[in-house]
Amino acid sequence: MGKTIAEKILSNKSGMDARAGRIVIADVDYVMVNDVTGPIAFREYSKIGRKEMFRDRMVLIPDHYVPNKDVASAEQAKEMREFAKKHGISNYYEIGKGGVCHQVMIEEGFAAPGRLIVGADSHTCTYGGINAFSTGIGSTEAAVAFATGRLWFKVPETIKVELTGKFRKNVGGKDLIIKIITDIGVDGANYMAFEFQGDGVDTMSVSDRLTVSNMAIEAGGKAGIFPCDSLTEEYIKNTVKGAYTPVSADPDAEYCRILKYDLSKIESMVAFPHLPSNGHAVRNIDIKIDQAYLGSCTNGRIEDMRIAADIVKGRKVHPEVRFLVVPASQKVYRQMLNEGLMQIFLDAGAFISGPTCGACLGGYMGILAAGERAVSSTNRNFIGRMGDKDSEVYLAGPEVVAASAIAGRIAVPEQLERY
Amino acid sequence: MAEIRGKVWRFGDNVDTDQIIPAERLVSSNLTHLNEYIFEKVRPGVARDIKKGDILVAGKNFGCGSSREHAPLSLIQAGFSCIVAESFARIFYRNSMNIGLLLIECGTDIGEGDTAEISTECGRIRDLNSGKEYEFPRYPPFITRLVECGGLVNLIREGEF
Repeated sequence: MGKTIAEKILSNKSGMDARAGRIVIADVDYVMVNDVTGPIAFREYSKIGRKEMFRDRMVLIPDHYVPNKDVASAEQAKEMREFAKKHGISNYYEIGKGGVCHQVMIEEGFAAPGRLIVGADSHTCTYGGINAFSTGIGSTEAAVAFATGRLWFKVPETIKVELTGKFRKNVGGKDLIIKIITDIGVDGANYMAFEFQGDGVDTMSVSDRLTVSNMAIEAGGKAGIFPCDSLTEEYIKNTVKGAYTPVSADPDAEYCRILKYDLSKIESMVAFPHLPSNGHAVRNIDIKIDQAYLGSCTNGRIEDMRIAADIVKGRKVHPEVRFLVVPASQKVYRQMLNEGLMQIFLDAGAFISGPTCGACLGGYMGILAAGERAVSSTNRNFIGRMGDKDSEVYLAGPEVVAASAIAGRIAVPEQLERY
Repeated sequence: MAEIRGKVWRFGDNVDTDQIIPAERLVSSNLTHLNEYIFEKVRPGVARDIKKGDILVAGKNFGCGSSREHAPLSLIQAGFSCIVAESFARIFYRNSMNIGLLLIECGTDIGEGDTAEISTECGRIRDLNSGKEYEFPRYPPFITRLVECGGLVNLIREGEF
């Protein structure tokens, strides 16, 4: 019987016949940690007591609380910097050279088709958008991967998602994934992988695919994997490190469930508090907001910035709204500058910062007070996620975030005629 | 494996890692006392009242969200002997097994404040207040070995991988 992409990649990397349900020990291509998960990994690594360290496979990216939020986060970031220095780890991305970890993993060419990548951050599943099997792990597991280059995996069952058609204008990957999570629930893919197939995939930009894969975890998914096609090859060709081998599923692979979506029927979606599965079509709602946030590993790429800038251009941010624009990396920041997007956002009255995870996880740089509401291009709207326990986060794509920043309430771009 | 008896703290479905330990507490200087902050946004003050050996009982998808190992670590530090839930989110499950927090996958209607008795040997939970009993399946062999070793680091120290 044939294999899914997840089964194939795990077979390739373990040298075993990886089938859903089995446990395999596989070689990882890269293991990534950030400033929050790194310090625990470093301590656990020292407990393992092996001399070996798989330095070339390790990637250290401070992003959650950098630039340092306070003394405690400064100490934490220092711990990471010193660990990198002490052990001669060259893949360390200081602020000013990196950004949000998942964006950096892709831009710097660590993520690539067919690779097995783990990261001590739950949104590591993002790289499935470019045909990698990538998944979030804990710090102790990262430490084990530092020391052995390997890790144990339970081979996941796979949900096949067959996509047809093409997104309508102002609808994209975020709307699709909110729709999927709303349909199957926040644990609908627990312990499972998604595999996206069908001619609808050909019509999706790589950026949209990355957004979809990024939020596979919000349905409990272990990975969300797209095929590798000419768009993928084009997207990574100037940055990818080393050789890679794309992996496709066998025609007779076995799936535990099949979902079908016609992209042309997907509407602009917003996920209400306090779960990503509380999706609603934007046209049916009327909700006033205090803050609009554009950024994160989900929707902080140059493509997202272009979409939002196009909507904001020539308009003003609503007087009662704070609009925060946070490019996901220094590269995105520079591209925005070169393409004149900074000017557009500044003219509109947006606040722009350098890359950080900051506000997305309720860390800093845009925290909500009690009773405040934000529409956000991020991935989680749990209780108190972006601030006070009585604040609210509404998740949406860049089109809705930009339109809402102008309208002062959750809106689609088509509703902006009078602004 | 251990016999457990403790007072139950009852939670619902989809208890996410931000509820267990908010992101703003995730700095290394808090690593030794994360328990002070558990559930501070959803059940303020609860951290003070949890006693060593208490049991946390929840519904579906416990531990969904972030990969932060601080979540199971904070529950260990709080003194919970184990977490019983109808299901666990994948990364939380792995993290807990890897650092030695006992998880039991079992749907129950054990209520807040009840006393529960658990035999991991027999795979049985008894609610001493209602008298109801529940059975749960054993771990797969690899996981049993991981748990018996006391976590992943010990497994590696024993030469695994």
